[in-house]
Amino acid sequence: MSFLRNKIDQIKKPFAKGEKWEKFAPAVNAFDTFLFVPNHTTHKGAHIRDAVDLKRTMVTVIIALLPALIYGIYNTGYQYFIQTGEAFTFLDAFIHGSWKIVPMIIVSYVVGLTIEFIFAIYRGHEVNEGYLVTGLLIPMIMPVDIPLWMVGISTAFAVLIAKEAFGGTGMNILNPALTARAFAFFAYPTYMSGNKVWVSEASNVDAISGETILGSLAAGNDVSYSMFEMFQGSIPGSIAETSTLWIAVGALILIYTGVGSWRIIVGGILGAAVMGFLFNLWGANALMSFSWMNHLVVGGFAFGIVFMATDPVSAAQTNKGKWIYGVLVGIFCILIRVFNPAYPEGVMLAILLMNVFAPTIDHYVVEANISKRKKRWTLTQLKTA
Amino acid sequence: MSKDIHIRRGSNLNLEGEANKILVDIPVSKTFALNPDDFFNITPKLIVKEGDSVKKGSPLFFSKHNPRIHFVSPVSGEVTAIVRGAKRKILQVVVTSDGLNEAVTHEVPNVESLDAEAIKEIILKSGSWPFIKQRPYNTVAQPEDSPKSIFISTYATAPLDVDFNFLLKNNKDDFKRGISILNKLTTGDVNITVEKSFRGFFDSIDDAKIIGVSGPHPSGNVGVQIHNIDPINYGEKVWVVNPEDVVNIGLLFSTGQFSAQRTLAVVGSSVEKPQYYKATIGAALQPYLEASAVSPEEEIRVINGDVLSGSISSEEGYVGFYNNVVSVIPEGNHFRMFGWLPFVDNHVPSISRTSFSWLFGSKKSKVTTNLNGEERALVVTGEMEKVFPMNIFPMQLIKACMVEDIERMEALGIYEVVPEDFGLIDYASTSKIEAQDIIKKGIELMIKEVG
Repeated sequence: MSFLRNKIDQIKKPFAKGEKWEKFAPAVNAFDTFLFVPNHTTHKGAHIRDAVDLKRTMVTVIIALLPALIYGIYNTGYQYFIQTGEAFTFLDAFIHGSWKIVPMIIVSYVVGLTIEFIFAIYRGHEVNEGYLVTGLLIPMIMPVDIPLWMVGISTAFAVLIAKEAFGGTGMNILNPALTARAFAFFAYPTYMSGNKVWVSEASNVDAISGETILGSLAAGNDVSYSMFEMFQGSIPGSIAETSTLWIAVGALILIYTGVGSWRIIVGGILGAAVMGFLFNLWGANALMSFSWMNHLVVGGFAFGIVFMATDPVSAAQTNKGKWIYGVLVGIFCILIRVFNPAYPEGVMLAILLMNVFAPTIDHYVVEANISKRKKRWTLTQLKTA
Repeated sequence: MSKDIHIRRGSNLNLEGEANKILVDIPVSKTFALNPDDFFNITPKLIVKEGDSVKKGSPLFFSKHNPRIHFVSPVSGEVTAIVRGAKRKILQVVVTSDGLNEAVTHEVPNVESLDAEAIKEIILKSGSWPFIKQRPYNTVAQPEDSPKSIFISTYATAPLDVDFNFLLKNNKDDFKRGISILNKLTTGDVNITVEKSFRGFFDSIDDAKIIGVSGPHPSGNVGVQIHNIDPINYGEKVWVVNPEDVVNIGLLFSTGQFSAQRTLAVVGSSVEKPQYYKATIGAALQPYLEASAVSPEEEIRVINGDVLSGSISSEEGYVGFYNNVVSVIPEGNHFRMFGWLPFVDNHVPSISRTSFSWLFGSKKSKVTTNLNGEERALVVTGEMEKVFPMNIFPMQLIKACMVEDIERMEALGIYEVVPEDFGLIDYASTSKIEAQDIIKKGIELMIKEVG
């Protein structure tokens, strides 16, 4: 270990302060701190610090994402083989899925991290770890057959416009991963919606119908899947959004570690359930009478509320605000699903909309605290006057 | 009986090296020093120069903003050094003791007959005034003010902090005398906060409100207690005094001399014998560190105060003006391979559930000064609120301080906080934000712009 350490210190020498390549230090430090927690000590403030840091937090999110990702990879192969009617094993399905999805992940990481590194060097700050999560999220919410260059362009758009233009990590208004999806959705609609994109090779093999449940409901067709299939996720859809079961496992990891806000998750489920229930009572069309319980397990709702809405930067930041934000995401998700059949997937738009309103929600929560304090001040002035 | 309070949010850090309840008396050191930086926002004007001989209680310097506030020598002897730093800032006024212990004696009439002004005059003249601090801002109190109330917190919750019941056991009468003197300085109450489950001898004090406090750190911070008992409003002043300084004020009125008593607990994982000492304000730390058997093999950090809000000192340093604790912990200037992975390196304590260290709840942990990461953008929300038991939005207040928005700082409650209340936020921050430093700069700005 000390050998490796010495080697790294040697490599880092020309990047030290006042040396030739000082400007590129953030890039080298990013690799160094990936191997070692640095030897920095406290200089001011508290002399001791918690073991938690941003890297640890972000990696926890990645751990929470893994169950859904692995199931998503398997489900990609499963959907393909089940519809073509070929005999297959778990491994076949997994390999088929990996063949499709791993390149997407690589493209997303390479494009995104390159931009992040350039901006870190340009701005002279360390590389923030936030992109480790964003870079994994982007492929997970794309349809499986989207061309790789579209993944690359969407990623570049999201990182440049949604994140760096606002000042980088911690400053963005919109969730970068969802911005990438929204960009692809509006720029390449034929690759992002319809009944030919959700199952691997659907546009090349005639036997495959790649329609999602929400898509067929919007078209007025019947749904042939049982609720259990919807819950376990053996249905067509974006790569990792289908399995509510494995997303729930991720949600438990996020809630247990405190990395994801349980207030947003619980609020979102409540909002969606109540809204779905109200539409059930109304029941004017197929989407309205689609049971509220089913609404929670189909489409991207579960994935969105657990992994997207809980992004601490773009969500509301006060505890009360998080409740309001979560509930509204749930309500708007179902509302958009039911009222706008052109966009059967409402959760993306609901979260992006609430991202924009989150600062407003916080504003009113904080103002309430301020006006309470000011009221206390005037009360005491009256007493002493 | 007044209403007790219970604080829910916060966290007790269970660290190695708590002081054993033994009070040790060792020979006093030869050199003493006063460090003007111990007094927040005081610009010192020197009265003495190198070579002057001083008595215990002779003024060394006074406050530029209020010449009535004197800072006096804790010992008789000779001024041997005035240490200056950048821009000729005074860092230390060093006095070498002559061992005679001659003291300036003031005439103290019967306390009962004195009014507030006369009492203030005696405290000011004797050099004991800096014992009284004010909220907001935690500066030395202004003698011209009349405070809404006075708070004394005897419930210490900071990591490895002292037990005031033990510390005051030999000075109960002086403490009571100090309380009755403080009673004359305010038209409001003198509040003594005590540990709810163990009220000790404090319950026998009649002329103060005794308030029980329970809950995790920072419930022992007097600012947190004031906020939860009787919050400070715009324009109000509350005075706070450390328990042992109440004793020092009591002693002043019984002996007529400045009292610089400071019971010191040397604590932390780097000392083998953590225990209490009968010490004096400004005394050299060396003998106490030696008597506590500081472990020789590791690089250590000596802190005047607790590990969350104390100030860096050194083995050649001196006892600070206000702190009862000197913490000694190892420096953490080493690398940890893959230490950032969640659920590894669980020996590093963490109040976050991204580590299993909470499973070893009862085991005392050894901490170092390692930052355990690097500073990053503010990303995680809600973690500050978990360790900040006030009805104030800490992150929003920190941001207001960063952008120097005075109106917003005021609206968000800057009058009710001091840096030490943000100690746990410093500790728990995922992004390694220097919250105490930001709040300190914010308060300095408030003093400059609003006064």
